[in-house]
Amino acid sequence: MYRRGGAFTRGFRVISGAVLITWLVLPLIPLGIWSFARGWYFPDLLPRNWSLKAWEYTFSDTAGVIECLWLTIFISLAATILSIIVGVPAGRALGLYRFRGKELVELMILAPTIVPGIAVVLGIHSVFITLGLNNTVTGVIVVHLIPTLPYMVLVMSGIFANYDPSFEAQARSLGASALKTFWYITIPAIMPGIIVGGLFAFLVSWSQYILTLLIGGGKVVTLPLLLFNFATSSRNDITGAIGMIYILPGILILLMTARHLSGRSSAVGGFGTI
Amino acid sequence: MSDRVKIFLLLLPALSFIVLLFFGGLAIGLLRSFNYMPLIGLLEPNLEAYASIFTSSEFLRSFLLTFHIAFTSTVISSVLAIGAALLLRRQFLGRAVVNFLFQLNLTVPHLVGAIGILYLFSQSGTFARLAAEFGMIARPRDFPALVFDPYAIGIILQYVWKEIPFIGVIVLANMQSLGEDYESVARSLGATRWQAFRYVLLPLIFPGVLSASVIVFAFTFGAYEIPAILGANYPAALPVLAYRKYTDVDLAARPEAMAMAIVIALLSAIMIYVYVRYTRRRIRS
Repeated sequence: MYRRGGAFTRGFRVISGAVLITWLVLPLIPLGIWSFARGWYFPDLLPRNWSLKAWEYTFSDTAGVIECLWLTIFISLAATILSIIVGVPAGRALGLYRFRGKELVELMILAPTIVPGIAVVLGIHSVFITLGLNNTVTGVIVVHLIPTLPYMVLVMSGIFANYDPSFEAQARSLGASALKTFWYITIPAIMPGIIVGGLFAFLVSWSQYILTLLIGGGKVVTLPLLLFNFATSSRNDITGAIGMIYILPGILILLMTARHLSGRSSAVGGFGTI
Repeated sequence: MSDRVKIFLLLLPALSFIVLLFFGGLAIGLLRSFNYMPLIGLLEPNLEAYASIFTSSEFLRSFLLTFHIAFTSTVISSVLAIGAALLLRRQFLGRAVVNFLFQLNLTVPHLVGAIGILYLFSQSGTFARLAAEFGMIARPRDFPALVFDPYAIGIILQYVWKEIPFIGVIVLANMQSLGEDYESVARSLGATRWQAFRYVLLPLIFPGVLSASVIVFAFTFGAYEIPAILGANYPAALPVLAYRKYTDVDLAARPEAMAMAIVIALLSAIMIYVYVRYTRRRIRS
């Protein structure tokens, strides 16, 4: 294997690693501090007065932040469930079978992950006008499926590529109905994929901005829209509090899936090897 | 049921959704960019919107700025991500914690990152305060403009922050599945550490880096909220300009907005082409 590096290279490695990690965490720190600050003026490095005002405001009934949080959770959950329902069958087709035109189908499903939302949403907006879907929660959920569905299909096709359908045939030959086979054989086998893909889809929907802004038309206000408004109106303390709430699901999901995200079985890494 | 019918039925819901909404959205955008809207009686497609944006200096400056943002962010993120992956593939104490922190911002939405960068680098932000603490500046405006600036430094900083882990995780997974045997062989045959990296490891991980970079480039070219928070008013990044044109009170500006959306879509189509070319080559080899 390798010769051990000298003290110099080792020191270099430790320092650059420390700089790297600091840089990755750094932007979240002022956001957190602001949420507890009461007037934090230049050139103070830390606020002179600490306060829970911003948090009190955020959780108060009048601010509407909590309603907005529930709406965002509802939209992301709905987009996730729809992605699962539509994405699992497609993942099965792509993971289990070889067929003519498969590469084209994969490309069509992959395309929305690369083409930016703004490029498609303007056209969708002008169609949704005639369908009456603009400014509605339904419209926002439907449009969120554009970025979430591909991730679901990609994760599921990976799961089905390592799936043995002969178990289903065995269950059927032993007298299980199609529904029972699906429930007791297929679902448990693909559950890890549904969970990882579902969490992915949830996070992707959770972080949508421009799709919600345009299709929601200011009537459907999700957490990122509210956050943007506070950030651009210089209410840094409330921005900090909402920002902290907004990143919480992602961090929880990372904690839950840390195993899946690191090392060889990297779900994110898998994305680069499609 | 034959396999063919099965495959068709399994794919039907997902494909019809993507064809109708995604490709449908693109197609409608394309038609409207040609001023073709039968519903309101515009039946003669023309290229006026394109003629108008390609001769407008605002569009051209915006396009160049956006290209600069996407290109610079992608290159810096890729290089630093390779470095980060080289560091993180080693065994060391506290690796689990470091790995967790490394992946932390993968889950943090870009918008939050943009606000964080704003609070760090604005003229009254954390770094300006540090500079004041050390007596380097007296007033906020003495601090160099790193956000809302013409070179889009703040926007690039945000993308570099967010995309290092994205590319890094992909490269790291790539390195771990390759193992270190190839480099060991090169080293035992007398290659220096640099040579083993440059001529052995780098060519092996390059396709993975490239496919990740392509995704990052397309994203950074088309993202709206980051330049909307951190960018200058003029020239604005292309997605911001397109949104402004689309929501302009003057409805005549809409075809121009659509034309800009099509320019963004075309650029990402080129990115998809590169992505597919390299990933296919990789599958074959």
